[in-house]
Amino acid sequence: MLAFIIRRILQAVVVMLAVALIAFSLFNFVGDPINSLVGVDTPLDERERLREQLGLNDAFPIQFARFVYNGVQGDFGLSYRMSEPVMDVIASRLPATVELSFVAAVIALVLGVALGVFTGLYPRSPLSRVFLTVSLIGVSLPTFLIGILLILVFAVWLGVLPSFGRGEVVELGWWRTGFLTSSGLAAMILPAITLGLFQLTLIMRLVRSEMLEVMRTDYIKFARARGLTDRAINFGHALKNTLVPVITITGLQLGAIIAFAIITETVFSWPGLGQLFIQSVQSVDIPVMATYLVLIALFFVVINLAVDLLYYAVDPRLRLDTMGKGGH
Amino acid sequence: MKIGFRTLILAAGALALSSAASGTAFAQGKVFKWANDGDVNSMDPYARNETFLLSFLGNVYEGLVRRSPALALEPALASSWKLTSPTTWEFKLRQGVKFHDGTPFVADDVVFSITRASTGASNMKGYFPSLKEIRKVDEQTVVLETKYPDPLMVDKLAQIFIMSKAWAEKNGAVNVADLTKPDESNFATRNANGTGPFKLQSREPDVKTVLVKNTDWWDKHKGNIDVAEFNRIANAATRTAALRSGEVHFVYTVPPQDEDALSKDPNTKVVAGRETRVVYLGFDQERPELLKSNVKGKNPFKDLRVRKAFMYAIDPAAMQRTIMRGQSFPTALMVGQGINGYFKDIDVRPKGDVAAAKKLLADAGYPDGFEVGMDCPNDRYVQDEAICKAVVSMLARIGIKVNLNAQTRAKYFAEILRKPDFSPGNTSFFMLGWSPASTYDAHNVLEQLIQTPNAATKKGGFNPGGYSNKKVDELADKIEQETDKAKRDAMLKEAQKIHLDEVGHIPLHQQAVVWAMRKNVDVVQRADNVFPLSFVTIK
Repeated sequence: MLAFIIRRILQAVVVMLAVALIAFSLFNFVGDPINSLVGVDTPLDERERLREQLGLNDAFPIQFARFVYNGVQGDFGLSYRMSEPVMDVIASRLPATVELSFVAAVIALVLGVALGVFTGLYPRSPLSRVFLTVSLIGVSLPTFLIGILLILVFAVWLGVLPSFGRGEVVELGWWRTGFLTSSGLAAMILPAITLGLFQLTLIMRLVRSEMLEVMRTDYIKFARARGLTDRAINFGHALKNTLVPVITITGLQLGAIIAFAIITETVFSWPGLGQLFIQSVQSVDIPVMATYLVLIALFFVVINLAVDLLYYAVDPRLRLDTMGKGGH
Repeated sequence: MKIGFRTLILAAGALALSSAASGTAFAQGKVFKWANDGDVNSMDPYARNETFLLSFLGNVYEGLVRRSPALALEPALASSWKLTSPTTWEFKLRQGVKFHDGTPFVADDVVFSITRASTGASNMKGYFPSLKEIRKVDEQTVVLETKYPDPLMVDKLAQIFIMSKAWAEKNGAVNVADLTKPDESNFATRNANGTGPFKLQSREPDVKTVLVKNTDWWDKHKGNIDVAEFNRIANAATRTAALRSGEVHFVYTVPPQDEDALSKDPNTKVVAGRETRVVYLGFDQERPELLKSNVKGKNPFKDLRVRKAFMYAIDPAAMQRTIMRGQSFPTALMVGQGINGYFKDIDVRPKGDVAAAKKLLADAGYPDGFEVGMDCPNDRYVQDEAICKAVVSMLARIGIKVNLNAQTRAKYFAEILRKPDFSPGNTSFFMLGWSPASTYDAHNVLEQLIQTPNAATKKGGFNPGGYSNKKVDELADKIEQETDKAKRDAMLKEAQKIHLDEVGHIPLHQQAVVWAMRKNVDVVQRADNVFPLSFVTIK
């Protein structure tokens, strides 16, 4: 077990270095950062001086090595655009993205499982057909379109929810939360639904098909024969057995939610990491882009590690297997 | 456990209530909310020489002089100024002015600010090539000496905001934040302390910046707002939606496709006017052979007939009707109306049609036209890529095949701008836009865009195609130091006339400043796209 974790951590380091390397090689194609740093009538020699001082004239391997060397020591430099330390900038945006992703994941999980169970138990009910049709829309419409439609209906036409921003936030230390004010909660609704909708429909369809499968099995028939209540059968036996794939998918999708947040955050002007990244791309803010990509790689690696460990916890067969073979 | 949970809920409730309460206290007085697609990148007035930053910080900081809504110079922190010799300016400072932190405004602050702006990592150094010395004479007087007569020095000072020396020294903000020195403190990046009509109350970069009215301002507020909350909404559709839903009163960059809907909406209105920026096309007239063309061994753009044929074929009035939706002002000059040195009587586009253009091309030796690559930005000017596409199809009518390369501004400028050693940009035919925002004077256009590029004098730095005319160079150099207005204007006119006759560039139009707001909001629109909050009225 320990060997497994250590091996995974070593792999994680390799993955992050690879991401940093690929990211850095891409930065050669996003354009010249100097143009977004200075006013348009800045003299050419002044631009050149700045380029030289920032080390942008150095060879690619040197720039990359410098980034890794400083990064290992926790120094990611100053944002070109905002002249503030990159880690401060990222830390100030992290809470917004984490809170949004968390709410989106909870909505997706709770509603997804509930609707999945319902449509699995009553596949012929008209309500089930409605849910399935709506879920089809959720899967097929692009995120930005859903976001714009929600804004049009709930902000412009009905005027009940805000169209942009986080509302009033409360500072708990360095963490700015929107959970503690009414405007903060109201601002969360539309973006969270937009972000969670795809995952919601995915989970719903997964649970539904698993439920349909499980309800046909012998142990459910046997449970009925024993005269157990519907409640005990549906939730105690059937749902429990559908949850293994759901956990896997949810875990893997958590990373996707954080990554997909880029689009949702842009549409709703949500001040999180995704929006920061987009703007950094536009202004060729290389230190912020590089750090963001490495951080996202770290998220994915950690989530994958957690999911792998969860397998061990949930599925005893896996545990026995690896113990017998001494790892694979 | 249960009690713990209940306490938590109570605490959360109390927090929500207290913030709601502070929300209402905050809402007393007129709160004006507005949004733009980009943030103010710094609170430091010398961090960036860009219009939006200077426009925003102009609400907090003030210069020695300022611009009126009609762009005329007005006294601000200097109550008067005069030339005591051709190279010596004397400024009398306004008395009784206080910075937002309460410290009085004195001559030392002016000396400190001009020094800070003209040295180190400041982005405003381009304003001071002529600066020799700034010194305090007494508490009410400062003297600025230039190396040579610089008639536009005071015009430039309208963009140089005055900071408090004591405040900067106390907070370690004596220097402008330097990207190459990440360890140095940069207090002024996030904080501001000016003398202007509004004080900075809070700032969350990229999210929200709140200004409150400075009731101790020396001048009178023309508008009636007490709080101005600035939000950044990058997405165009969301920005429009926020205005239509009434969440914001005003949006700055209005997407062209939404202008119609916003002017028809009973709750909103659109205000549009001429912007000083001129969008134009330029040619490589420097290389013996074009980089991006099928014509080998010679450069067709060195031939006036070819440039004239291009001028005839390209029709900015048609662009105005179609892609610009009426929001452009076709022009034949490189200097926009609203700028000193614009002359209406020579703003006449040479008339010619497709047949005339074809004949010129045939005379020049290209009866079947030729191929040329065109460089164009796609996120810099209003409808920039659409304009370039229109140019492509207009030139196709005279047999010119244009291979368009439209790309994002960061890549585009790197491609077309002259290199640091002043060798020409990698372009044969390009689009650019320019507004002489540092001086509001036509000389800036001559010096930067039209004069022969010269590595020693740094002139013609933004003349990627290397247009060159000795007479124009001479005139521009004389204009730079001419203090007699009548003589100066005559030379400005002569230089522009030569450039127009030679089709040095092809000016297309002045783009429009388009602002959208709620019906109950009145603002003053300036042609330089500066948005002064002290003129905003909410009815």
